Amino acid sequence: MIKIDIFKKLHGSNGEMQLDVDLEIKEGDFIALAGLSGSGKTTLLRILAGLEEAKGDIKIGKELWQGDGIFLPPQKRKIGFVYQDYALFPNMSVEENLLYVQKDKKLAKHLLQITELEELKNRLPNTLSGGQKQRVSLCRALMNRPKVLLMDEPLSALDPKMRMKLQQEILTLHKEFKTTTIMVSHDPSEMYRLSNRVIVLDQGKIIDDGKAKDVLLKTNGSQKFSFEGELLDIIKVDVIHVAIVSIGQQLVEIVISKAEAEDLEKGQNVLVSTKAFAPLVKHI
Amino acid sequence: MIELLKTIEFEPFLLSFKLAGITTLILFFISLPLSWYLSQTKSKIKPILEAITALPIVLPPSVLGFYILWTLSYNSPLGGFFEEVFGIKLVFNFTGLVIASCFYSLPFMVQPLQSGFESMNKNMIEASYICGKSKFETLIKVALPNIKPALLTAIIVTFAHTVGEFGVVLMVGGSIPGETKVASVAIYEFVEIMDYKSAHVYSGIMVIMSFLVLLGVYIFNGRNNKKFGV
Repeated sequence: MIKIDIFKKLHGSNGEMQLDVDLEIKEGDFIALAGLSGSGKTTLLRILAGLEEAKGDIKIGKELWQGDGIFLPPQKRKIGFVYQDYALFPNMSVEENLLYVQKDKKLAKHLLQITELEELKNRLPNTLSGGQKQRVSLCRALMNRPKVLLMDEPLSALDPKMRMKLQQEILTLHKEFKTTTIMVSHDPSEMYRLSNRVIVLDQGKIIDDGKAKDVLLKTNGSQKFSFEGELLDIIKVDVIHVAIVSIGQQLVEIVISKAEAEDLEKGQNVLVSTKAFAPLVKHI
Repeated sequence: MIELLKTIEFEPFLLSFKLAGITTLILFFISLPLSWYLSQTKSKIKPILEAITALPIVLPPSVLGFYILWTLSYNSPLGGFFEEVFGIKLVFNFTGLVIASCFYSLPFMVQPLQSGFESMNKNMIEASYICGKSKFETLIKVALPNIKPALLTAIIVTFAHTVGEFGVVLMVGGSIPGETKVASVAIYEFVEIMDYKSAHVYSGIMVIMSFLVLLGVYIFNGRNNKKFGV
């Protein structure tokens, strides 16, 4: 069991706020940490890693990382950390990046095999693609068999296809190493696929905590579909009004009534939902 | 031309390079921890240390020379101590020159190193700590290899600057042939006795060598930046 009870004053972009998190995590869990930018997600990871100080306690199993006048430095915490910008050592080859953590050639080879990087082991990081770099970073984070793996938006800089592939690899590695993992993410599908618990932070406080399905599904009651989007335009066609709404990466047209058209303004954020119909789902 | 070169005494040049080499070596080991500390610290004394380090850039060499001379001379507690206990004179000899040069060239070693360390990806340094490595190991194995251009700049500029120093050397060392008469002082003396021919040769050699050294640095840094994708 991991017990976190920390408190820190932050000077964020939205003025001063208190990061106040009281949390228990089961060993082996995969936690997705969500929330708007500036809500304290990254700071929470950094505090767990010992890179920033905060008041309160952090206890991993029987080991006290922080509290009662004890503050373990990052070197002694046995963590893995995956950064969005990879933070690889440019002067070392892929394999040397891994062996820098621990001279365990067998483990390095195994990790590089799982992530299909074995053939690139002698290359320098700057000759690799973003996806490859992030895989090296992931392998490096696992080299000291960490008790907790922290990932700060590890996949946000990658294209969707590469993201899917890495999600699969993260899942494989998580199953094999059984490392308790906390991942900051903005991508609902990623959180759904990887995590078994989603925690949402807002202004430094936990505002939602539960299974991915319960936290992330935006529908309520009898609604079957519900999407948030931005209203780009309302076009009058003969007697009907058509709203153009941007949802995710797509534009959709929705017929709306005159009353609705008068009530809405361009640029507003809108919720598009529907109840009774039978949608078709086909692969593309 | 060749006849002229044969008559030239090269001892001042050798002395200049010996002084610059020793100074650069000493300053490298002093500046490495200092610049690393300055790049990492958030302490309030950082600006004070930075200002002190940068002083030799703005102070007239005569001021620096005067204070060093005053501190190291036999009449001061420090100079007196060294002479009485170790029997070492600290002024008007080569040892004095090295000490003075270390003060004079300190910012030229510290500042490039510090800005090199500061421009590094901070996450990379933290990643090394998380890998379980100490600050010292991180400095040697991660930080230093990744600031090669800054490192080279620091070493070359310190060396070149020490070769080029004049005022401090003259005040602390005087002009004793084979001991403290370095190239820049020699040129000054040639001009003073109106031996323009020798002054020209010496000055020309200095210009050409300085240019070649700087050219080498810029070419190397250009290549290195491409290699690491900076």
